[in-house]
Amino acid sequence: MQGMWGLVLAFAVAGAQAAVTDVMLDNGLRVIVQEDHRAPVMVSQVWYRAGSVDEFNGTTGVAHVLEHMMFKGTKTVPPGEFSKRIAAAGGRENAFTSRDHTAYFQQMQKDRLELALQLEADRMTNLIISDELFAKEIQVVMEERRLRTDDQAQSIAYERLMATAYQAHPYRRPIIGWMDDLQNMTGQDARDWYNRWYSPNNATLVVAGDVKADEVIALAKQYFGPLPARALPTRKPQVEPAQIGSKRIVVKAPAQVPYLLMAWHAPSLKDWEKDTSPYALQILAGVLSGNDSARLQKTLVKTQQIAVNASAGYDAVSRGPALFMVDATPAAGKSVADLEKAIRKELDRVKREGISDSELARVKAQVIAGEVYQRDSLFYQAMQLGDYVTAGLPPAALAGRVGKLRAVTAKEVQAAAQQWLKDDQLSVAELDPQVLKPQAKNAAVSGVRHAN
Amino acid sequence: MQTKQLFFKLPSPGVFLVALLFCLPQVAQAALTIQHWTTPQGARVVFVESHELPMLDVAVEFPAGSARDPADKPGLAQLTHSLLDQGAAGLSDTAIAFGLADVGAVLSGHLDRDRGGVTLRTLSSSPEKDKALEMLARVLQQPDFPGEVVKREKKRLMAGIREAEADPGNVASKAFYRAMYGTHPYAHDEAGEIDSIDKLTRGDLQAFYRSHYSAPNAVIALMGDITRAEAEAIANRLAAGLSQVPALPALPKPDLAAASDTRIAYPSTQSHVLMGVVGVSRNDPDYFSLYVGNYVLGGGGFDSQLMREVRDKRGYAYSAYSYFLPLGEAGPFQLGLQTKLAQTDDALKVAQFTLREFIAKGPSEVELTQAKSNLTGGFPLRIDSNRKILEYLSVIGFYRLPLDYLDTWVDQVNAVDVAAVKQAFARRINPDKLVTVVVGGPASAR
Repeated sequence: MQGMWGLVLAFAVAGAQAAVTDVMLDNGLRVIVQEDHRAPVMVSQVWYRAGSVDEFNGTTGVAHVLEHMMFKGTKTVPPGEFSKRIAAAGGRENAFTSRDHTAYFQQMQKDRLELALQLEADRMTNLIISDELFAKEIQVVMEERRLRTDDQAQSIAYERLMATAYQAHPYRRPIIGWMDDLQNMTGQDARDWYNRWYSPNNATLVVAGDVKADEVIALAKQYFGPLPARALPTRKPQVEPAQIGSKRIVVKAPAQVPYLLMAWHAPSLKDWEKDTSPYALQILAGVLSGNDSARLQKTLVKTQQIAVNASAGYDAVSRGPALFMVDATPAAGKSVADLEKAIRKELDRVKREGISDSELARVKAQVIAGEVYQRDSLFYQAMQLGDYVTAGLPPAALAGRVGKLRAVTAKEVQAAAQQWLKDDQLSVAELDPQVLKPQAKNAAVSGVRHAN
Repeated sequence: MQTKQLFFKLPSPGVFLVALLFCLPQVAQAALTIQHWTTPQGARVVFVESHELPMLDVAVEFPAGSARDPADKPGLAQLTHSLLDQGAAGLSDTAIAFGLADVGAVLSGHLDRDRGGVTLRTLSSSPEKDKALEMLARVLQQPDFPGEVVKREKKRLMAGIREAEADPGNVASKAFYRAMYGTHPYAHDEAGEIDSIDKLTRGDLQAFYRSHYSAPNAVIALMGDITRAEAEAIANRLAAGLSQVPALPALPKPDLAAASDTRIAYPSTQSHVLMGVVGVSRNDPDYFSLYVGNYVLGGGGFDSQLMREVRDKRGYAYSAYSYFLPLGEAGPFQLGLQTKLAQTDDALKVAQFTLREFIAKGPSEVELTQAKSNLTGGFPLRIDSNRKILEYLSVIGFYRLPLDYLDTWVDQVNAVDVAAVKQAFARRINPDKLVTVVVGGPASAR
């Protein structure tokens, strides 16, 4: 029967927020709509559950390369035409690749959703990847790697730390891919990737904005409905073997200032109703660096002045495992070793003495306010929905997030620190700066500057 | 920490957003009514009332950007600005940070060449908003500049400058402004210079604060869930505690730089190429012709000639762009790309050729129509959030743009034609007078 979808869910998000509609088309395409009528605009995002985590050695970076090729034309839309049509309609568009997913989006006036869906549905199945255009675009991607990673000392440190913290799990590989893999990649690698993962039953359409859910669903059915589902390869769990002792690396790269990155294996959010550690670790990150005088800033930057910057980070939402991370830059004349010692001392203090009620209340106040502030950005609301759903979490997990964080106790934060921030679970990267002095080769070869 | 995602093209936040914001249009939506008045103390206020979300954004800005640094004290504006919330009215930096966080408020700073200011985001419910505004008032009106904290923040600022030297793009940008602006106050980087910062004293900061952060210099922008009466009360309260030092004079007008070509050795895999000329100020009559025309040259992403020639056709770079950054006085026209060392000269030639061709021939009718369709059709996206509107309010207030600027923006774009673009570019950009900076490669390479 035309027009039936699998499940319909609706629930309220954070107070006054409109309901989220979540349906599945017959071909497996999931459609999520967040109505928000503040401005006459909308954002449309197509998320594919295919990211660098799904790649194999030898073709690392192919998820991201394919993202680039998605703009290179289909059977009916010539190369470059996708972007041109969206732009002509006043739209902004882009795409992004992460470890867990690849997503494509358009931001436009509300009445132009149909154009976005028509074009996205077309490139979901009709993409043409010519060897000629691939050969050009792979050069662009290599330039992107040079720009973002190879010439950024801290990015190199991060890349190498990931490859150290994970030994088996594919999160060890950089999203952009190793340069050697990019150099040896072929158009066929991209075509294989596209054929393997790009189908409606591996995708989620998220639309947020001044739209009506039933109209969005009708349009989605019109354009995506006819696309056939395809069998997806089995995804192996690739569980990281337990770390049995700390690891550390030194990264030498051009820079003036050292840098320290510390990463502990930590759980990601899987059962959003039963899990406790992921919520406690989020609060812990807030206690450590959630404001300008949180523990790391207060102790390391302001009081001891051993660091000029220090922060903690933890992202609970991912398909694979998570890391709890601390990064810091030592103050002039202080060593990375001293800095690491001071950070460990701060973490030990949490493990030993716990956190105060006022610290806990402070982080919760920020979480509650943050939930209101987030509603100022349509794009961010859609991003969060796509991020959660692609990670295997229901939209209800997003709606329930604040309630879960508010329920965290000081004892749970202390227990999480004790359980997860163990030395045996730690990987450390130290950036050892290879001092550089930018020097003029030949300044102002032609003419005098500012002759009056 | 590191970003989680890679984008197909450079996402708009960042330098491009800055450029766009200045040309921001606004309005058009009947719903956006901008109110404007001056407080008894002489502060200019710009306000939009909106009750859709239970929150309030307040930005207070002053002509206290890095161009206001005394010639021998680059970094003074930045350091003064960064000290505002590090101790005020007897409250310690920690008491301020906790006071804000306890009510979920977020205080952030903004400093560029023209402007220095503070933005507060708070819930509009009563205990939270009152506490947050109290903190904002203290920070703006009574910064203490504690001696020990000044010492600490000097070190942090200097470390930040050193850290930025690990980014060849940053090295290129600094050299570009230096080459283009020479002795003009736009020449030096917002962060200042290490030698100068090292010598700054608490007295320097207090003096800079007194002469720049005054009520007649202030622009207060408010956006959100308050009434006009409340907005007036808040603006008065913020302005009342500021000094009455009269408004500062405008900056000197920059001279057009002579052509120059600066090559800087750097151990990178790519060259960062920048070229440009002194461009236009915020109130320049050519502004719309240049802005719309630049969409075709290098501002319109994949619609632009630069992206087509440098990236699409040749695969030379991930990002290739151009923009006008309109400031209080003439800001730069800048064209940029990054490419692997071995093809630096080839990419540079393509960019130069594209620019020359554009100046000689202008956009085609088809290209210009596409530019106008995108800009006018995308107008509602520019004012679809409180944060974006707040930034527009600050720009309108600070640069004294007409209040109907937003109402007329779409018409101004539509009025641009091929001849206007050609003439404006020919007037403004002499391709024989380009300032060029290339950072990357060994010292012996050239």
